[in-house]
Amino acid sequence: MASKNRAHVGQYCVACGCCVKVCPIGAISVWKGVKAVVDTLRCVGCGRCANECPAGTIEMIPREVVQ
Amino acid sequence: MKQQQLHWYDRLWIVTPIYLGLGCFNILFAWVGMIFFCLPLLIAIFGGGKLYCNRYCDRGQFFSLLGGRLKLSRNYPTPRWMRSNVFRYGFLIFFFIMFFQMLFVTVLVGSGARDLSQFVTLLWTFRVPWHWAYHGTLFAPWVAQFAFGFYSIMLTSTVIGLIVMVLFKPRSWCVFCPMGTMTQLISRLRAGKSEPCTGNCVCCNEGDHHAG
Ligand code: SF4
Ligand code: SF4
Ligand code: SF4
Repeated sequence: MASKNRAHVGQYCVACGCCVKVCPIGAISVWKGVKAVVDTLRCVGCGRCANECPAGTIEMIPREVVQ
Repeated sequence: MKQQQLHWYDRLWIVTPIYLGLGCFNILFAWVGMIFFCLPLLIAIFGGGKLYCNRYCDRGQFFSLLGGRLKLSRNYPTPRWMRSNVFRYGFLIFFFIMFFQMLFVTVLVGSGARDLSQFVTLLWTFRVPWHWAYHGTLFAPWVAQFAFGFYSIMLTSTVIGLIVMVLFKPRSWCVFCPMGTMTQLISRLRAGKSEPCTGNCVCCNEGDHHAG
């Protein structure tokens, strides 16, 4: 995987699904209406979801970091 | 990169202006709004999670359209306090109190203890004359009273949503929308203690990472 960063969904997710709509590769989905989950291997780290998120809860973090 | 395909439900934003518009001609149309109230809850209760928000909500799409495509939003981060649980649940409780107050007025009108007031109350404070959208009713007066009350709620939430749309992110309203908060709460209760797969561990040996 070429990208250095990947998206990480924080605790303030309201499961609105705005991030899902903007992800160009469909790497993010809303899990059971509770919170968004990033498919970390597919995420290309473009940051669109983080820019879209109204709750400001998506962070771009280095790939090495395991949360 | 794949372009996301447009579905019929991606055009539901049109419902918002139609609904608010119809209420300007005949307030009784406000009753249709019960769909926007019951459907999200039913979907969540029967295990559909926040499918309503994620897919069918006209209002969310309306704000996305105005703030996103039409660039009417400053696109500034939503203030932190707005996304806090205190504010979200506080707003939900406030919303419910005002909702029950509206039901109470409806009951008063129904019992004849109060006359029908042909006003739309904006932001729970400002009484806007709305008699021109009332042409009498075939039903009891309380039916019209409920319509005025319900329309007030819908208009108020749209106005607040538009304000935060302009000031912050297009869908900042969704952070504290009472319907969104309630459906997330129901979904959380349904999910219980289970956790989503984050694809960061090696416990399941699936060899492939899957979200959700
Ligand atoms: S950073 Fe880009 S690829 Fe990764 S989940 Fe967000 S939108 Fe999708
Ligand atoms: S946009 Fe933000 S709040 Fe909405 S589902 Fe995605 S991560 Fe959660
Ligand atoms: S949070 Fe409210 S406005 Fe936003 S999509 Fe859900 S129901 Fe619609």
